[in-house]
Amino acid sequence: MTDYQMLQTQIQQWRTYLSREAAMDSDDIDELEDHLHGHLDLLTSAGLSPDEAFLVAVKRIGDVNSLSREFAVAHSERLWRQLVLSSSNEHFDSGNRRLVTAVGFAIAAALVVKIPALFGVEVQSAFYAINLSLFILPVLAAYLIVQGEHDVPRWPLVASFLIAAAIVNGYPLAEQSDTTLLTILHLPIALWLVVGLAYTGERWYSSEGRMDFVRFSGELAIYYALLALGGGVLMAFTMAMFDSIGVDASGALGEWILPCGAMGAVIIGTWLVEAKKSVIENMAPVLTRVFTPLVTLVLLTFLATMLFTGHGIDVERDVLIAFDLLLVLVTGLVIYAASARGSDSPPDVFDWLQLLLIVSAVIVDLLALAAIAARITEYGVSPNKLAALSENLILLVNLLGAAYVYLQFIRRRFRFTAMVQWQTSFLPIYAGWAATVVLVFPPLFGFR
Amino acid sequence: MNVSKDLVAASATPLVLTILVAEESYGYAILQQVSKLSGGELKWTDGMLYPVLHRLERQGHIEARWGKSPNGRRRKYYRITEDGRRHLKAQRAQWQLVDQTLRELWHNLSLAPEPDLLVGTD
Repeated sequence: MTDYQMLQTQIQQWRTYLSREAAMDSDDIDELEDHLHGHLDLLTSAGLSPDEAFLVAVKRIGDVNSLSREFAVAHSERLWRQLVLSSSNEHFDSGNRRLVTAVGFAIAAALVVKIPALFGVEVQSAFYAINLSLFILPVLAAYLIVQGEHDVPRWPLVASFLIAAAIVNGYPLAEQSDTTLLTILHLPIALWLVVGLAYTGERWYSSEGRMDFVRFSGELAIYYALLALGGGVLMAFTMAMFDSIGVDASGALGEWILPCGAMGAVIIGTWLVEAKKSVIENMAPVLTRVFTPLVTLVLLTFLATMLFTGHGIDVERDVLIAFDLLLVLVTGLVIYAASARGSDSPPDVFDWLQLLLIVSAVIVDLLALAAIAARITEYGVSPNKLAALSENLILLVNLLGAAYVYLQFIRRRFRFTAMVQWQTSFLPIYAGWAATVVLVFPPLFGFR
Repeated sequence: MNVSKDLVAASATPLVLTILVAEESYGYAILQQVSKLSGGELKWTDGMLYPVLHRLERQGHIEARWGKSPNGRRRKYYRITEDGRRHLKAQRAQWQLVDQTLRELWHNLSLAPEPDLLVGTD
């Protein structure tokens, strides 16, 4: 091996070593390598051999630990996982202890969900549907507090879970009513904020902290979907195997394995978020970059078709829900694109595309709202319509604001952190509105 | 002379900004310049410059772009923004105030009738 090749290998090893530090990304390492070469050029031209020069140059750049610490201070957002869940030193023991804690909490979550069954409550009953989030989310919050390393005010969290439980079970919610369905849909959203408080602690008050929670939520959703997929396949196998020896396993699977597995998987998924790391950093940019153009294309085609054919939006029963879901999808694309974006890089084509996506979604939604407004007055207000309409408006305001922020960012009037601040400032609004629907709507509409 | 760590950290911002006022530059060159101007006395661990640059970039005081070095390596160049110029002006006023106050005090000390006061403060 020539001196030059040896130097290249050494530089490569040094880069690999640096790349293990979560606080530095590959751009930073490129920049440091350029610096290293500055020293190498000078030192070798002064007569040092390449490997002597390499040693001196690396030493001058500084030791990795203190360097990583400085980068971490300057780029705290890159460290969200470590800051929140894992301890700074990843000893094998501590990893093991964390796994044991996770499994313990998963078993607890799995058992808690079966407690009402002791009193003869059916898994398919409305009671379970309404209370589902009250079984799992307190356990998840407790797990996050135990594993986390910051102070979380515990009594407010306990109190909010207790109050929520008292209210939804105190209301006379009928099996089939609209307000029951609304409670089932909105209670988890409101309580997810409580989980957010358990996750972020005092960092809740900073937009960075809330963005970390958004990242955590996305990553947990991905892991949960994977676990659910695997669990489904495993259950199908189990059924088939027991079937072959003439034993019907579907009862045990439906009564025990499915509900307990679904609960335990939330805790195991949370543990995976911490232990396996950076799924969302890899997935979110890919998903948003694939779906932002596609959704934009769909929306623009939809608008063009409406324009050319002259068909207005036909207002049927569920059309408002469909447009709500559209806005949720677009908001999701915007917020996860923001979560994955480096806040330092200048505006590029993708930011234009995001702006186009938002604008076309807003136009489509305004058209739908205009069509619906007429009908609402015609038929009077129902709890479903009021909830769907108000959520549509909240998301619309969010997207209008996001469009404004993107525009200012592209014109270089705002920094990208403005987008993160705008999006994260909506998290309490979503949860607050969901809580309002759960608390106020049933009595307001006479529990119908 | 060993300049204390705190002072090095505090002076980093005005030093970097002032160097960038003259022209666009990159990490290694900035460091060379600091080292040359201070006669090698102001010592930074090289790597520590970059978090400082990144922080200034995030605060909007400087802008970065990726370019190429003369022999084709990727190199990140920084230049000062309008915002950075304003910030530097404010920093400069602050440093001058500190400097002037200290000068005044030390000048008075050297005129004082009991020079013993200076013993041990070297």
